[in-house]
Parts: sequence; C-alpha cells; structure tokens
Amino acid sequence: MQPSTQALQKDDTQNPAMLWVKAGEALWNKPEGAAAKSCASCHGEIGRMKSVATRYPAYSSTQAKVINLSQQVNLCRVTQQQVSQWPAEHESLLGLEAAIAKESRGLPISPPTQSQLADAQTRGEALFNQRIGQVDLSCRDCHETLAGRKLGGNVIPQGHATGYPIYRLEWQSVGSLQRRLRGCMTAVRAEPYAHGASELIDLEAYLAKRAAGMKLETPGVRP
Amino acid sequence: MARTLITVPRTARRDEIIEIRALVQHSMETGYRRSSEGDLLPRDLIRRFTCRFVPRVAANSSATSTAGDLIFAATFHAAIAANPYLSFNLRATTSGTLVFSWEGDNGLAQTETVSLLVA
Repeated sequence: MQPSTQALQKDDTQNPAMLWVKAGEALWNKPEGAAAKSCASCHGEIGRMKSVATRYPAYSSTQAKVINLSQQVNLCRVTQQQVSQWPAEHESLLGLEAAIAKESRGLPISPPTQSQLADAQTRGEALFNQRIGQVDLSCRDCHETLAGRKLGGNVIPQGHATGYPIYRLEWQSVGSLQRRLRGCMTAVRAEPYAHGASELIDLEAYLAKRAAGMKLETPGVRP
Repeated sequence: MARTLITVPRTARRDEIIEIRALVQHSMETGYRRSSEGDLLPRDLIRRFTCRFVPRVAANSSATSTAGDLIFAATFHAAIAANPYLSFNLRATTSGTLVFSWEGDNGLAQTETVSLLVA
C-alpha cells in the first residue's frame, strides 16, 4: 500500500469511509421495527462493541452455522427489531458494520475456539489453496507464493483481511470482504459464489485465522 | 441529503492560520458510464462548492452582511472522484460562522454551518 493511501486511512478527517461510519453510528441509536428498538436498546452505547468485531466470523448456536458480522447484524434486525434484513452490500449494513468494527480498531484479530468454527476454517483453507477459474490460480498462488511481487503495476498484498469493510478507491465506495473475494474470483475468471454463500463464510473464517493476532484497522482504505 | 464530514478547530488564536477540511458523500456520476444492462447512467455531479465566513455581529452595531465573505470556492467537473475532499486555510481574525455549501445536479443544495471561536 502506498504511503498516500496509508495516510488517507490513518487520518479520520480524510478517510472517506468515516462518512459510512458516521451513518452507522447514527443507525446504532435509531429505533426501528414494531418494537421500536434500536441497537442501543439492547447493547447500550456503541463503545461497548469494543473487541466484538475481532471475533467474527463465529459459530452461532441459534443458527447452527458460522456467521460473519454483517449476518449477525441482519439476524438482530429480524429477531430483535422485527424488520426485514438489509440486502448484501446495502449502504446501511456496511455503515453499521464499519461503525461496530471501528470500536475494535487496534485490537488483535482473535477468532474464538469453537469446533464448528475450526471446521469452517479447514474448509476455508482448502478453498484458499484450490486453483479456480480459467486463469487457474488459487488464492495462495498470488497472496502467498507471489506476494510482494507486482500485478499490473500494483504490489500483490499478502491478503490479510484486517480493514473490512474497506473504502476501496477503485470502487469509490465502501464494500465488504465478500465483495472483495468475489472480485478476485471474477478476475481469475471463475464463477463467484453468491453473497452470503457458505463457501465465502468459510473463506472469511480461514482468513481471520490466518490474520489472527494482526491488528484490526477498520475502516481501511485500499487502492 | 448528502452526508458531510467537516473538520474545523473549535477555537483559534487571533491571526492564526487554521486548516479547514470538508468531505462530502457523493457519487459524482459522470454521465458517461453505463450500467450492467447497458443503459447510460444519468449524470449527477456536484457543480460548485463554496465556503463563506459570517463574522459574529456585535450587539451594539448594525448588521452589515448576513451572506458573509467568500473564503473558498471550487467548481467541480466530471473527472473529480466520488466523495470529494477539500482542504484549505483561513486566517482567523474574528469569531463567526463558517457556511459550507455544495450545489449540483438534481437540485443538490446542501448547506452546513460550523461556528468558530477566535480568542
């Protein structure tokens, strides 16, 4: 990442993702649904969400599957606020997720120890190492074997998902890790998994394990 | 309503040069791009940004101007990135209010005010 991009991320008055965070913080206190509940009604002020984002994706016993933070937000919307879920990449969903994750900024990514999560991480690792698409590349081929070399003039990163949701300069907006993963899959000319597909959650779970101990830096800015 | 993020120091010393930062959420759609269905995406641009300074009027003097002095203006075109960010400087002489306004296509007219205290 270039120094200018890093500077944009580090300065909250310049980081464009802060516009989404600000919207998310407003949504945190906004009552919704028949019960007129806001996030704050149950969870208190947003500062209490500190370190929460470092633990996702995690196994949800009520859902009997591994879910990521945006799915947890949508789950709260359906079960607690009794309103419809936001679709993938919805501006409000990204804003709320970014606002929650920002509370954990600087804390190490620490996936919980759960057998079901470990299974997802194993499946995710297999997907990470699986060659896909007409270009026949796996995640590992670029982000481990060739990390640090150049692709189209840009340095290939090690693929640590520490800043999501990110403001991507190419998108000119905030997007989720799943959008990024789907973008990579399209780039190697593979059929991307649908938003919320279990394969993408497995990949997210493995990436969190792979980045465990690294500091969360949401909201990140990437080229 | 576009979302904005304005950074102005709350207080300044007299004649201090302060930095003002203004970020606004806007797609800055050029009008040249097409959607995945092939339809032309309608142009939606911010056309002009202005920042005015309205000095605080002392109680015993007659008010001279409510529009204030123009301290910074910019005209935007299609090549400006989405969510435009501007930063500029102002020599703080008296207390007052900074009035930021963004105007553009589709009737965009957004005004935000921030007060500045000069000690």
